[in-house]
Amino acid sequence: MIIGVEHYLTVAAILFAIGVFGIIVNRKNVIVILMSVELMLLAVNLNLVAFSGHLGDLVGQIFTMLILTVAAAEAAIGLAILVAYYRNRRSISVDDINSLKG
Amino acid sequence: MNTVFLTIVFLPLLGALIAGLAGTAVFRYAGSAPPAVEHADDGEGHHHAHDGPRWPMLLTTGLLIVIAVLSWYAFFDVAAGHTYRVVVAEWLRSGRLVAPWALRIDMLSAVMLVVVTTVSAVVHVYSLGYMSHDPHQPRFFAYLSFFTFAMLMLVTSDNLLQMFFGWEGVGLASYLLIGFWYTRPAANAAAIKAFVVNRVGDFGFALGIFATFAVFGSIEFTAIFEAAPAMAGKTFPFLGGEHDILTTICLLLFMGAMGKSAQFLLHTWLPDAMEGPTPVSALIHAATMVTAGVFLVARFSPFYELAPAAQNVVILIGAITAFFAATVGLVQRDIKRVIAYSTCSQLGYMFVAMGVGAYGVGMFHLFTHAFFKALLFLGAGSVIHAMSDEQDMFRMGGLFPYLKKTWFFMLVGTLALTGFPFTAGYFSKDAIIEAAFAAHSQPGMFAFWMLVIAALFTSFYSWRLMFLTFHGKSRVSRETLARVHDSPPVMILPLYVLAAGALFAGVLFAGKFIGASEAVFWGKAIYRGPHNEILHLMHETPAWAKYAATVMMAAGFATAWLFYIASPAIPEKLAEIFRPLYLFLYNKWYFDELYERIFVRPAFWLGRLLWKGGDGKVIDGFGPNGVAARVLDVTAWASRLQTGYLNHYAFAMLLGLAALVTYLMMMGG
Repeated sequence: MIIGVEHYLTVAAILFAIGVFGIIVNRKNVIVILMSVELMLLAVNLNLVAFSGHLGDLVGQIFTMLILTVAAAEAAIGLAILVAYYRNRRSISVDDINSLKG
Repeated sequence: MNTVFLTIVFLPLLGALIAGLAGTAVFRYAGSAPPAVEHADDGEGHHHAHDGPRWPMLLTTGLLIVIAVLSWYAFFDVAAGHTYRVVVAEWLRSGRLVAPWALRIDMLSAVMLVVVTTVSAVVHVYSLGYMSHDPHQPRFFAYLSFFTFAMLMLVTSDNLLQMFFGWEGVGLASYLLIGFWYTRPAANAAAIKAFVVNRVGDFGFALGIFATFAVFGSIEFTAIFEAAPAMAGKTFPFLGGEHDILTTICLLLFMGAMGKSAQFLLHTWLPDAMEGPTPVSALIHAATMVTAGVFLVARFSPFYELAPAAQNVVILIGAITAFFAATVGLVQRDIKRVIAYSTCSQLGYMFVAMGVGAYGVGMFHLFTHAFFKALLFLGAGSVIHAMSDEQDMFRMGGLFPYLKKTWFFMLVGTLALTGFPFTAGYFSKDAIIEAAFAAHSQPGMFAFWMLVIAALFTSFYSWRLMFLTFHGKSRVSRETLARVHDSPPVMILPLYVLAAGALFAGVLFAGKFIGASEAVFWGKAIYRGPHNEILHLMHETPAWAKYAATVMMAAGFATAWLFYIASPAIPEKLAEIFRPLYLFLYNKWYFDELYERIFVRPAFWLGRLLWKGGDGKVIDGFGPNGVAARVLDVTAWASRLQTGYLNHYAFAMLLGLAALVTYLMMMGG
């Protein structure tokens, strides 16, 4: 079986969907949300690499590197916020983070 | 002469403005003692006199004395046959409606001028003493002077609108003065009652003015009186029937007169008006304002002469009032209320005279009544003053040795009121009774008997007042009795003027007002139709009718003497035997209760319905409150979207994004 660009895209779509559902359905842990965001970014990266290989254009892979960097920074900041939040509220449960409620 | 009339009418206004604006301000800030501080009681039941300047009071009183003198001068000038019309300024001109400020001076207004200014001047002087302990004297004197101005405006008016101005002006002054002691709830209630009851009459008066303008196209007296004969007997259609125009106008105007003069059905405010200071009762609610209705009918004699049906209504209402008020006066305990009902009754006499066409006789009674009724009120005021504000006659008695001067004045007033021979009332009141008899009509005869019985009652309650207050066994507590003293000279001297009027006004002026040359005296001020021969017929009254009133006076005196001096047990026994009748009279025929049921409670009910139901439920419900409630509902529903859960927001964002992308894809092809 020849692994074509469709397969890569399918996998990336599945990964993305898992990430989205991770955010929407998850009601327990904020860390899961951060992980889901990472998952979605990875799905995007996969798409970029797949198209880069398919089209013979290196720009896509350069973008991937850029996104990885940003994702790392984002994860660091996200976890830092999480720690600060936990110190304040003694909880990181998503159900408890609802002070925006009207 | 024009200047004289302008001075007479406008000086009181000037005095009122100065005393009311400058006087009260100066009084408040320049007085050495701040009036807000409670004055210490000096142990004699009186407060210390205020320390403020006295010039506002002296100024208004001085002006009033000046114009009273000028008015007598003007009176004799007019009596010599002159009439004047002084145009002050144009007031309004709108289409055909023209109303100037003008003074119409003829005999009718000249008589009113002397009555108003004389009594007003006397009351001003008297008030200097009576009100000397009151911290708000400038306000009181300003109101008094303003009242005088409004009353003069009323009696000198040249058109209906100006008359209405004066009419409402005296109503306002009456309201302010009844409620002068505004910290007393009873005074406020009485003031509002007087105002509201007068509105009922004024409603009729206003309709009468509208009708006059609609029919004649003018409201100026000269024009409408000239045009009146052409309107006699003409009718207008209303509610499917034909009504006589002049009768309708006369009845509407008479409705206003009934309100102002406290006639039967609209009388309820007058006794309550006694809540005001006694000088006010003497000036406004005895001598001047309440006679405005009588003056109105006399002024409109050219109309009434052409509307016999309206005249009969005037006779009937007057007769019923005279009788009704006299019966109520028989059993009252409050010294001022007895005199108030007496006033009401005497006004009924005047209206009977107006109704039978004896306008001069009615005006004569108005003239003499002003003197002796003001005298009685001011005398009663002296008694109340001496008794430390006690008004219940059953707590007086035996005051004669202490109040000899006051007793003398009350005696003079009583003699004049009951018609003792050769006092003022003897000439005027008995002439009215004769006139009622001489009318030789059914309403006239009814009025005659009513008035004769009322004369008996008048004599009885007047002497009852004298005996209960001054004679018999004293029912006064010892400490009050120790303080009883005659009034100071400033309250005694003005009474001499009124006493002179009460004793001699009849002898001096009977010849002019109702004598042989009365037609010359009144001139064109009073119009009498060609068939009105009441004054000739009066001379042919049989002797028994002539002396009926005098006999009744003697009988009333004898009964009162028997009841309250000879055997004081009789009235109590009678009251017990005829208890329902006694209560019926004591409660003033239950008119207040009746009106409470018929008008006041439904009005309150309607008001509450419109307030709670109409305004609260309907307007607020569907209006501001309703809209606000719906907005709240919507926002409450919308705010439920904001769960505060992060994943819900994320889901919403996803849905939105998906929808946007889908839309772009579909549109982009």
